[in-house]
Amino acid sequence: MHNETAHITPYRAHAWVLITLLTLTFVTITVTWVDLSALTVLVAMLIASVKAYIVLTYFMHLKFESSLFRVFVVMVLAIYVLVILFTLSDYLFR
Amino acid sequence: MTEQTTHHPEPSYLVDTGKYKGLMAWLTSTDHKRIGLMYMYAMMVFFAVGVLLGVVMRMELFWPGQQFYGPQMYNGIFTIHGIIMIFTVVIPGLAAVFGNFSMPIMIGAKDVAFPRLNLFSFYLYVLGAAIALSSQFMGNGPPDTGWTFYAPYSIQTHTNVVAAVFGAFVLGFSSILTGLNFIVTMHRMRAPGMTFFKMPLFPWSLYATAWIQVLATPIVGITLLMIIAERWLRIGFFDPSLGGDPVLYQHLFWIYSHPAVYIMILPAMGVITEIIPTFAQKKVFGYKAIAISSLAIALVGYFVWAHHMYTSGMSTTARWVFSLLTFLVAVPSAIKVFNWVTTMYKGSISMKPPMLFAIGFIFLFMIGGMTGLSLGALATNVHVHDTAYVVAHFHYIVFGGVGFAFFAAIYYWYPKMYGRMYNFKMANWSFVFLFSGFNLLYFPQFIIGMMGMPRRYFDYLPQFTFGHQLSFFGGILLVIGFIIMLITLFSKKGAKAPDNPWGGRTFEWRIASPPTLENFEVMPEMGPDEQPYDYK
Repeated sequence: MHNETAHITPYRAHAWVLITLLTLTFVTITVTWVDLSALTVLVAMLIASVKAYIVLTYFMHLKFESSLFRVFVVMVLAIYVLVILFTLSDYLFR
Repeated sequence: MTEQTTHHPEPSYLVDTGKYKGLMAWLTSTDHKRIGLMYMYAMMVFFAVGVLLGVVMRMELFWPGQQFYGPQMYNGIFTIHGIIMIFTVVIPGLAAVFGNFSMPIMIGAKDVAFPRLNLFSFYLYVLGAAIALSSQFMGNGPPDTGWTFYAPYSIQTHTNVVAAVFGAFVLGFSSILTGLNFIVTMHRMRAPGMTFFKMPLFPWSLYATAWIQVLATPIVGITLLMIIAERWLRIGFFDPSLGGDPVLYQHLFWIYSHPAVYIMILPAMGVITEIIPTFAQKKVFGYKAIAISSLAIALVGYFVWAHHMYTSGMSTTARWVFSLLTFLVAVPSAIKVFNWVTTMYKGSISMKPPMLFAIGFIFLFMIGGMTGLSLGALATNVHVHDTAYVVAHFHYIVFGGVGFAFFAAIYYWYPKMYGRMYNFKMANWSFVFLFSGFNLLYFPQFIIGMMGMPRRYFDYLPQFTFGHQLSFFGGILLVIGFIIMLITLFSKKGAKAPDNPWGGRTFEWRIASPPTLENFEVMPEMGPDEQPYDYK
């Protein structure tokens, strides 16, 4: 712990993150006006995933932390994906 | 490495040295050892209430037909018995009590990483338990859904489900925060030289447990809130009459509640892994295999949840997928049993009370585990699903496993906790009553379950009478054993305990009994050639 230094993100970076998140929120609302039929949920999930990535990377400082934290996040996401897949083994084959 | 400059012996953690004295000193203490003991006292009270409710159930089932109370009260009693035992005793269980008391010492730390958060977790636990228990006395009577709160009945019943569900939700937060605290503690506060693969195996089991607590508990938290939202706002998540899917509830509930079984049993396995090498005076066999099998159980345990749902209308594909996965989780569990037995082989075994309970644990856990396989197998499960066979199986795991490991852990760390020994003869008698009572109580349930006795039924056919009566007498023996244990441990002060009464090798046996407030006068270190179980 003694050798670690706290990383301070500049305001400019936070401002860019905020603008990007607001823009993506605007995109999320805008695409609801377009009829994407079967792709509707997929597109909404993709935009939300990009937003989550930005929040994790900058607001939650993953970019500046040790790689162990990134391993944790990937592990958690992998478990989440597997839980969804195994649940779908019920819903898709009923 | 830092050394203390004072040569005056520090007072033990049991002496009040802070701003407050007496009860207030305990209630405001952020010391991990005191918090561990507070969990233990609270759990003993809840456990006694749960046992009492179990005996009341057994009394009603002594003969077929109504004896003392009606079916609605029976439904209420088995529900609150389950809620108390699962959410306030076995889930926090060994991790909250012995994880708090022993883990920081075993890794060479002065406390957990977030001591205040630790105390906050304890108060969340007390608050959650109080809310859950209040469900008995408010609204339209005690909930009658069973501890699983299955939808759509939990949406439709007029009984006081919301309080019980919200209590479980708050208890979940306590569990998450404790898990988070333990993960950070084990990552950041290990003694110099103690790499992960030099950490004792009880902390290893807590590490695996903590990940389940952090990752799985939020799922049941949101699921329980969805029940409240559905009851109050009529949002159709699970109730088909509102457009919901009741099988979705079962998925969400068991995505947490099956890993929760591993939250209960992994620390129990960890305790047994500490006790066996100590009382065999032999290096633990297959250290890495045991450590990795803890992680493997935690990981594979995430993906077996739907074996609770074979008869709930799932797809055939899902049923065989989950049956296969269930068989996989048996492998790391069996690795542990193999390693415990092999550790004992050619060891200098000392049959002191903790070892007696540890061996009892292995026996009962084996029966629970083997019967679990017949429940995990799709073809046999269909025949015994929702019968007394299931009741027997999970009591063999949860009580025979977690309960006996808890008793083993109390007898093991009691000299360290209080600095006093106890009467071995009395402790052995408590084992005799608890072990024989346990088997007499639950083994007949396997048989009448195979014969077709359904679980959670108030009344039954005459052919099941003898089995139920044996169970009643087993329950009485069990209560006697529990009382003997309480008398042994808490009725009078035993002789002063030495620092290392069992000849243990881990850090807690190298410090004073009871420990000082900060555990170590000199920060411990592990040398490059040192291992946690260096027995000759």
